[in-house]
Amino acid sequence: MGSQGGFYQSKEFLDLVKSIGEARSKAEEDRIVLNEIETLKRRISEPDIPKRKMKEYIIRLVYIEMLGHDASFGYIHAVKMTHDDSLLVKRTGYLAVTLFLNEDHDLIILIVNTIQKDLKSDNYLVVCAALNAVCKLINEETIPAVLPQVMELLAHPKEAVRKKAIMALHRFYQKSPSSVSHLVSNFRKRLCDNDPGVMGATLCPLFELIARDVNSYKDLVISFVSILKQVAERRLSKAYDYHQMPAPFIQIKLLKILALLGSGDKQASENMYTVVGDIFRKCDSSSNIGNAVLYECICCVSSIYPNPKLLESAADVISRFLKSDSHNLKYMGIDALGRLIKISPEIAEQHQLAVIDCLEDPDDTLKRKTFELLYKMTKSTNVEVIVDRMIDYMISINDNHYKTEIASRCVELAEQFAPSNQWFIQTMNRVFEHAGDLVNIKVAHNLMRLIAEGFGEDDDNADSKLRSSAVESYLRILGEPKLPSVFLQVICWVLGEYGTADGMFSASDITGKLCDVAEAYSNDETLKAYATTALMKIYAFEIAARRKVDMLPECQSLMEELLASHSTDLQQRAYELQAVIGLDAHAVECIMPSDASCEDVEVDRDLSFLNDYIQEAIEKGAQPYIPESERSGMLNISNFRNQDHHEASSHGLRFEAYELPKPAVQSRIPQTLVASTEIVPVPEPMYPRESYQTTMPSIPSDAGSAELKLRLEGVQKKWGRPTYTPATSTSNSTSQKTVNGTSQGDGASTVSSMRETYDSRKPQVEVSHEKQKLAASLFGGSSKTEKRPATGHKAGKASSHMVEKSHVPKSSMEVASEKAAPAQQPPDLLDLGEPTATSTALQLDPFKQLEGLLDTTEVASAVNGAPAASRSPDIMALYADTAAGIHNENDADLLSGLSNPSVTNMPGTTAMPQVTQSSSKGPNPKDSLEKDALVRQMGVNPSSQNPNLFKDLLG
Amino acid sequence: MGIRFILMVNKQGQTRLAQYYEWLTLEERRALEGEIVRKCLARNEQQCSFVEHRNYKIVYRRYASLFFLVGVDNDENELAILEFIHLLVETMDRHFGNVCELDIMFHLEKAHFMLEEMVMNGSIVETSKANILSPIQLMDKAS
Repeated sequence: MGSQGGFYQSKEFLDLVKSIGEARSKAEEDRIVLNEIETLKRRISEPDIPKRKMKEYIIRLVYIEMLGHDASFGYIHAVKMTHDDSLLVKRTGYLAVTLFLNEDHDLIILIVNTIQKDLKSDNYLVVCAALNAVCKLINEETIPAVLPQVMELLAHPKEAVRKKAIMALHRFYQKSPSSVSHLVSNFRKRLCDNDPGVMGATLCPLFELIARDVNSYKDLVISFVSILKQVAERRLSKAYDYHQMPAPFIQIKLLKILALLGSGDKQASENMYTVVGDIFRKCDSSSNIGNAVLYECICCVSSIYPNPKLLESAADVISRFLKSDSHNLKYMGIDALGRLIKISPEIAEQHQLAVIDCLEDPDDTLKRKTFELLYKMTKSTNVEVIVDRMIDYMISINDNHYKTEIASRCVELAEQFAPSNQWFIQTMNRVFEHAGDLVNIKVAHNLMRLIAEGFGEDDDNADSKLRSSAVESYLRILGEPKLPSVFLQVICWVLGEYGTADGMFSASDITGKLCDVAEAYSNDETLKAYATTALMKIYAFEIAARRKVDMLPECQSLMEELLASHSTDLQQRAYELQAVIGLDAHAVECIMPSDASCEDVEVDRDLSFLNDYIQEAIEKGAQPYIPESERSGMLNISNFRNQDHHEASSHGLRFEAYELPKPAVQSRIPQTLVASTEIVPVPEPMYPRESYQTTMPSIPSDAGSAELKLRLEGVQKKWGRPTYTPATSTSNSTSQKTVNGTSQGDGASTVSSMRETYDSRKPQVEVSHEKQKLAASLFGGSSKTEKRPATGHKAGKASSHMVEKSHVPKSSMEVASEKAAPAQQPPDLLDLGEPTATSTALQLDPFKQLEGLLDTTEVASAVNGAPAASRSPDIMALYADTAAGIHNENDADLLSGLSNPSVTNMPGTTAMPQVTQSSSKGPNPKDSLEKDALVRQMGVNPSSQNPNLFKDLLG
Repeated sequence: MGIRFILMVNKQGQTRLAQYYEWLTLEERRALEGEIVRKCLARNEQQCSFVEHRNYKIVYRRYASLFFLVGVDNDENELAILEFIHLLVETMDRHFGNVCELDIMFHLEKAHFMLEEMVMNGSIVETSKANILSPIQLMDKAS
């Protein structure tokens, strides 16, 4: 069939298409289309247009809309065309209607009738056309109008009709699950349809149903497996083959379904192993479609209960993908790697250079995918390199959507794995500086909190050093133009709290800067409020220190401006500042104690301190207080219950009644005013975050007001959220204690020791030195803790097993005392503890990792013994948990395994590695081990709201 | 959902076919097409055939002067979508014989009919070329 002069096409139409095709610019195209609109408006409403002509007009309308212009003047003609008797014309009408109208358009109601009629047609092609329209146009309200007919069509003799009827039902389910909830069993029935097309289509709705509720479909595992097997064995008609692959799209859909059904279900997964293994073997890896199926196999394998053989096949495919020249395959490889490392973290290392190539590739898509992978494999050993790279990339891009995403990832990783607080603050500064307006405000609060709390131990010196460095960096950053508001808020707060604390900067330095900020961002009221409060703090500290307060002229003029501000909040802050300055030193000390933002505030909810006063008043003849609800006497009792939430009763103005119920924060504040010696004595509902954070930092039982307080999560994460990587900052902080401020050296020693490892293993030739270095810093942790024993140190295995035996009881004893530990273990790890001592399980074996660690200690200790040593307790402790799981043969009952009391005592076992290793590790590991255990026992878990626990423990 | 839209755009960035599986207004379509076409057309042959855009991905493939762009959800198998595009082209090839941009322009409705057979509710439902083309051939015969 020729492309031009096709059947029944008028010259006018051909000319239109030609001129559109030849248009050289958008402007020219627009001109043509606008012209066409004018022509059509005239023509289309002429009487007695032959239907062929009309069909052509409608297609011209489609063109108009496709090229971005409004063709609504012709919609009604498209609707009319659906009534036509001619199939082609009717279907074109339906097509146009589905392209023009959304399901809520007014004209739909005119079409529903036609659809109903067409669904009953004898001509199955008419029925199909109507079903196509059903899938696009029927909304929740019109479902009942066509549902009975669609149900009948599920048993239509023509497979094409059954297939479309299934999809119509699928559409109803998407639109309104409840309207067809009683009919979903039809999908199961149609799965057994003789026609592969119908079966294949049925997989679409089933996939969605299973994704929502896996457990109701476990019985279908066998069916899906057997279908997949038949497909893979080429039992379907040749028509479904694509590039010699039997029905690849159906295979992919089935693998997706199996991945859902097998996830975390050992029994279901076992049914799948054979068929997935077969596909791995049979798949043609030279074609794109073969690789698409293989990729889906990897996704499936990494989702279902792990099987070592399949994981091995998956790893092979991944390495082939990564070695390929095709960027598409590399991309798929990186993605697949990201899935698989959740189960076998060690495989990342063998691909490190490929990963780094992808990271440095100019192709943005590949780069982002690689960042996603890095994000998944971040741990405390490589966090600095990864986050650094991420931030660099973040700065280089303009796409706000992705910028936000990558910024929040940086923050998350930094909070979770930060090797030192200094680093954390520097990193946060960079994130804020470049993406400040995009990050969540909570992040800012976390940062303030971290600076205020410092380490969780009583190392005041380190804390004040940290604050000084923060202050210094902020003063420097303030010189930059155009900083994000959130960041400036943090800066103001920190400057107010700690600006003058170390005596490096004078009050006039700091206040001058604060005034500059308030002036430079004069229409940002929140920021001005922060600045004002910071000013007040600085002056208060000055007064308390018995120094003379000289208000800078710019500060005075700022205050004058604020005293007359339209914002009551700013006004109030300014008046408070004025009042504070007028007080004597003693009073100021009480209301503005320095560095007290973390002190707990006891709130006396009953106002019991007023009892004496009341007693006195009553004795003098005053009326006793009658609660408001009793006063009117008539109110129903239930209102009593609501008393806690302000005046919830029906009369009177309700100020906050529509908020979510939370403990009565407001009502407490007046008491704070009287009772506490805290900083901000007046409730400031406009800026709840700041004022609450200063007045009431933590009231542990008060879960409801969590939103108002600073979030604790970030910091807790820092304190050792469980991952399978050795990454609790407990060890970091201990290391910090011993090697304070030398995190730099830490990193360097890791790098250098790692390089040695690679040299000895002779990786690919001609890899640039820098890349190796990067690889080392990225994968260093993994190569050290996981991979190394698996590759180069077979000899060590036997001895490590010995170590293992003597270690396990110890670790179980250590762990037994901590209730939280089992819950913290990611399930994947446990899953690996399969009874068969498989290769993966072996690779995960903690003691080989330990062995690896010890090896490096040797190297590292030459440079700096402390970091490695202080890291070791972590690894041991963390992996000891796993070991306990493994040794208990199964994942069945972790707790009982952990409480297994057979023992060799602790000092003895920790001595073991020291014996095997001649390096001089000293008593460090033991100490920190104990400390670590203690910390974990007490409150690594997020359930503990009070971070002060750590202080007590480590003090 | 899977597939969100299928676009055919020539190398000047002019839309030749557009099918959306979620409703977008005319303005939204215009903006989206402009954005992603610019993004995809700027890429070279060596680079991935996938582009992340907002919260979904675009898988694209070029045939002579025509780009096929498919917007998919993030959990979709990109390689499979890439091959789906090829399947679509093969199918059109079988029908038109050496399909070219003009074939699609002159028979826009047929190209749409093929898509209607292949994709419903954003899912791939039919991949047998015979099944895809048979209703279209029957209609041709009847008219």
